[in-house]
Amino acid sequence: MMKIKSTEIVDTFAEAFKMHGSRIIITAETKEWAMAAAQSVTGFATSVIGCKCEAGIETEIPSEDSPDLRPGVSVLFFAMDSDNLGKRLVERIGQCVMTCPSTACYSGIDEGSEIVVGGQLRYFGDGYQISKKIADKRLWRIPVMDGEFLVDDIFKSKEAVGGGNILILATDQNTALKAAKSAVKAMREIPNIILPFPNGVVRSGSKVGSKYKALIASTNDAYCPTLTSIVEKTEIDADINSVLEIVIDGLTLQAVEEAMHAGIKAAIKPGVKKITAGNYGGGLGQYQIHLHELMKKSQN
Amino acid sequence: MPLHLKLHTQPEVPLEADCICPDIVQSLKNNEITAMTVFHGNRQVELGEFFECNGSFDGEINIDGDLSNIKHVGASMSFGKITVEGNIGLHTGAGMRGGEIIIEGNASDWLAAEMQGGKIVVKGNAGHMTGSGYRGSAIGMQGGEIIVHGNVKNETGHVMRRGLIAVGGDSGDFTGVNMLAGTIIVLGRMGIRTGAGMKRGSIISFNKAKLLPTFSRNCEYQPSFIKFYVSYLEKNGFSIDSSYLNNSFERWSGDSVELNRGEILLSTNKSK
Repeated sequence: MMKIKSTEIVDTFAEAFKMHGSRIIITAETKEWAMAAAQSVTGFATSVIGCKCEAGIETEIPSEDSPDLRPGVSVLFFAMDSDNLGKRLVERIGQCVMTCPSTACYSGIDEGSEIVVGGQLRYFGDGYQISKKIADKRLWRIPVMDGEFLVDDIFKSKEAVGGGNILILATDQNTALKAAKSAVKAMREIPNIILPFPNGVVRSGSKVGSKYKALIASTNDAYCPTLTSIVEKTEIDADINSVLEIVIDGLTLQAVEEAMHAGIKAAIKPGVKKITAGNYGGGLGQYQIHLHELMKKSQN
Repeated sequence: MPLHLKLHTQPEVPLEADCICPDIVQSLKNNEITAMTVFHGNRQVELGEFFECNGSFDGEINIDGDLSNIKHVGASMSFGKITVEGNIGLHTGAGMRGGEIIIEGNASDWLAAEMQGGKIVVKGNAGHMTGSGYRGSAIGMQGGEIIVHGNVKNETGHVMRRGLIAVGGDSGDFTGVNMLAGTIIVLGRMGIRTGAGMKRGSIISFNKAKLLPTFSRNCEYQPSFIKFYVSYLEKNGFSIDSSYLNNSFERWSGDSVELNRGEILLSTNKSK
């Protein structure tokens, strides 16, 4: 058994999936407007199960490092395939970034398959749009009511990793919330990842399938503290009364592993009885991230 | 190690040296390079009569000396790099398709005429017809970048179709005349009749300018694409006063004797 301080690290693994990811960079006249667009474009994007994509804010970009020397925010998007990701980018950039005052939107990764975004949104310009080509990059200037919306013609999609996760099992809800908050803070320091759920945390973890035929997922009853005595199998000990999950999507497996490692370390607190991870027995996901191996790496 | 060409005899009349081009010298030995034929006025001579040749071609050619009378260097080149340590003559990089030419001194007229790709940087000034089309050509520059740190003379970007011309100093008359598309940025002042006959394209100046009556004013705003260009140019060693960054620009549409889809953007904040 692996125990760090008073927290047991369960000998299990997080089962992660191959996804397709993309990074977009939103800039605006002020940080607030860039963030407003970023929050809007990442809305309703917690899980591919119900939202068709997962998205989150990766980091803020200072003016001097942004493509047009204005404050920026980088956002990561993930979907199960490149086509689907492309559709989501066009929809969301068109409805949430182009609509936000003073913004511009650029591709944030150089490699991967091409997704035509600006090349589709340009038609909003009704013939008044202007193309600009600099180096090998084409941009579209679409006239809007506050001036112009500048957007890259092509964005990129690359293979990525979704569904990295940790579960924090605590004595009570407050302890679980505090541990999750610390974990999220530590994880957000890692580049190339996002935590797509509200404030990075999800309480309604799911299992595959349901007693209702129409549903492809349903509540993860093995981790519901209110059901310990009535379900077939529970993962909850008597002293555990609250469980929170943090899901991680990343552009690389290494980034997801680093984030899980940082999150576990930060979540270890008095009252956090166990830290474990969700999996489907290893039969579904392409990646298995074993918690003991992850934590042993840092000990070595 | 780059191929090093040093001018040892100044030609009395212009020397047409379009053979000084990576595409041509890449497979030649030094004695074959000096034996290449060039036109000295109307006379065919060997390049070695004017240049000594050292080093070996590794993708780069360095040329030394006052080359004001050497024409067509790097014409039609598609790859590699040419560094000119002094001034250079007419038609440098004309029809260039790729690669890079760095000119430490001044460039003469017809620099990068009908350029299709690649990049030319001039640390000094450039002459008339920079990045333009030849007389009778419907289309001039079709791609690539010309960055002139100093001034340029008349008809810069004439019938330009695509690409970028950035000028750190002033430009002469008829900047972007009959322009079809593309971008010209002038940090200094522009001469008269800017954009005459332009169909599309952008001419951006960080100073005020007197425009033709066939251009009409639209608005004053801060186009983010200019900041994108400024950022790109700064990364490529073209220094721009940071106080320019927050400038507003007047947008003028024209030329109404043509499509009226071209634009001239004039800075309103600052005059330097």
